[in-house]
Amino acid sequence: MSNSGRPLSPHLSVYRWPITMTLSILHRITGVGLSVGLIVFAAWLIQAAAGPEQYQYFRVAMSHPIGIALLIAWTFAFFLHLGNGIRHLVWDVGYGFEKSQANASAYIVLVMAIVLTALFWVLKL
Amino acid sequence: MAEFRLPPNSRIKKGRNFPVTGGASNVRRFAVYRYDPSAGDNPRVDTYEVDMDNCAPMVLDALIKIKNEIDPTLTFRRSCREGICGSCSMNIDGSNTLACTKSIDEIKGDVKIYPLPHMPIVKDLVPDLTNFYAQYASIKPWLQSHTPPPPDRERLQSKQDQEMIDEPAACILCACCSTACPSYWWNSDRYLGPAALLAAYRWLVDSRDEVTGERLDDLEDPFRLYRCHTIMNCTQTCPKGLNPAKAIAETKKMLAERRY
Repeated sequence: MSNSGRPLSPHLSVYRWPITMTLSILHRITGVGLSVGLIVFAAWLIQAAAGPEQYQYFRVAMSHPIGIALLIAWTFAFFLHLGNGIRHLVWDVGYGFEKSQANASAYIVLVMAIVLTALFWVLKL
Repeated sequence: MAEFRLPPNSRIKKGRNFPVTGGASNVRRFAVYRYDPSAGDNPRVDTYEVDMDNCAPMVLDALIKIKNEIDPTLTFRRSCREGICGSCSMNIDGSNTLACTKSIDEIKGDVKIYPLPHMPIVKDLVPDLTNFYAQYASIKPWLQSHTPPPPDRERLQSKQDQEMIDEPAACILCACCSTACPSYWWNSDRYLGPAALLAAYRWLVDSRDEVTGERLDDLEDPFRLYRCHTIMNCTQTCPKGLNPAKAIAETKKMLAERRY
């Protein structure tokens, strides 16, 4: 918004992020990440349907450290987006708006996402 | 659209240093955003050292001391110095609040003071609030009724009805919440922001107001109301302890409920 040459005061560079703000942007980032992951998910299904030789290509690619890192990132994104989505549903019916509740639910979602991601990979589901 | 970088004329340059004079033992440093419209320069951050043994406890006290004793050109708004006028709202130590009710002791290290975020700056800590006030006016913050009031008395409310508006009516329009909201940063031309929406809610739930439907019609818009993504910065930062995020959620619920 231009305003007769007046400077714009600093915002992101000076604002101290509350945990709720961090969770909000993580929700959006993981949402975008999951959309990209869906393409890989589709590729997985296509390769699986194309037979064992084709599927081997996918296996090799995804067994590379970068592939594994991406898969871990996607599982984390999935659990975080799922948990935070439930948090949003609770908000949408009007609960959890006190500062203490919103902060607590933010940490719960974050910790749950980390724990579920770790469990998922430890149990090699 | 979201523009994350500050425009070239807004990037902050290194400012001046005002070391404490005399043998003060209890010194705090205040880093304050400065912008002089007549100089034609970019904004800068000046650093003032203040002798805390001769300074009252609030951030506003330090600002007044700096203006009186160190640098009379420092410009900021203030009036009541007790958290009821909403003039001295600014970004202190990374959060928006009132300088008059923010204790210096609560802050660790240098006290960083900026104007309310993402606002056009008139001078130093004084933002241009024209758009903010216009948005408040746009929600028609007055009682609207088709039935005339009783001839012999006011329009009375039950105690319960009054309690519905107690909290939202306590807003002092300091703009801390709206200027803490990233959605408002990126879309303040179309999104009303938490302060105006809290005010709108105050009239939506007023038992004496008879245009609730029209008020909801005005809010039913992808930007005016629905740019709220429950980031919660408004509620986190409100110096009066109000809850604009909850008011906005209740407004969204009212819109959802009237559809079915």
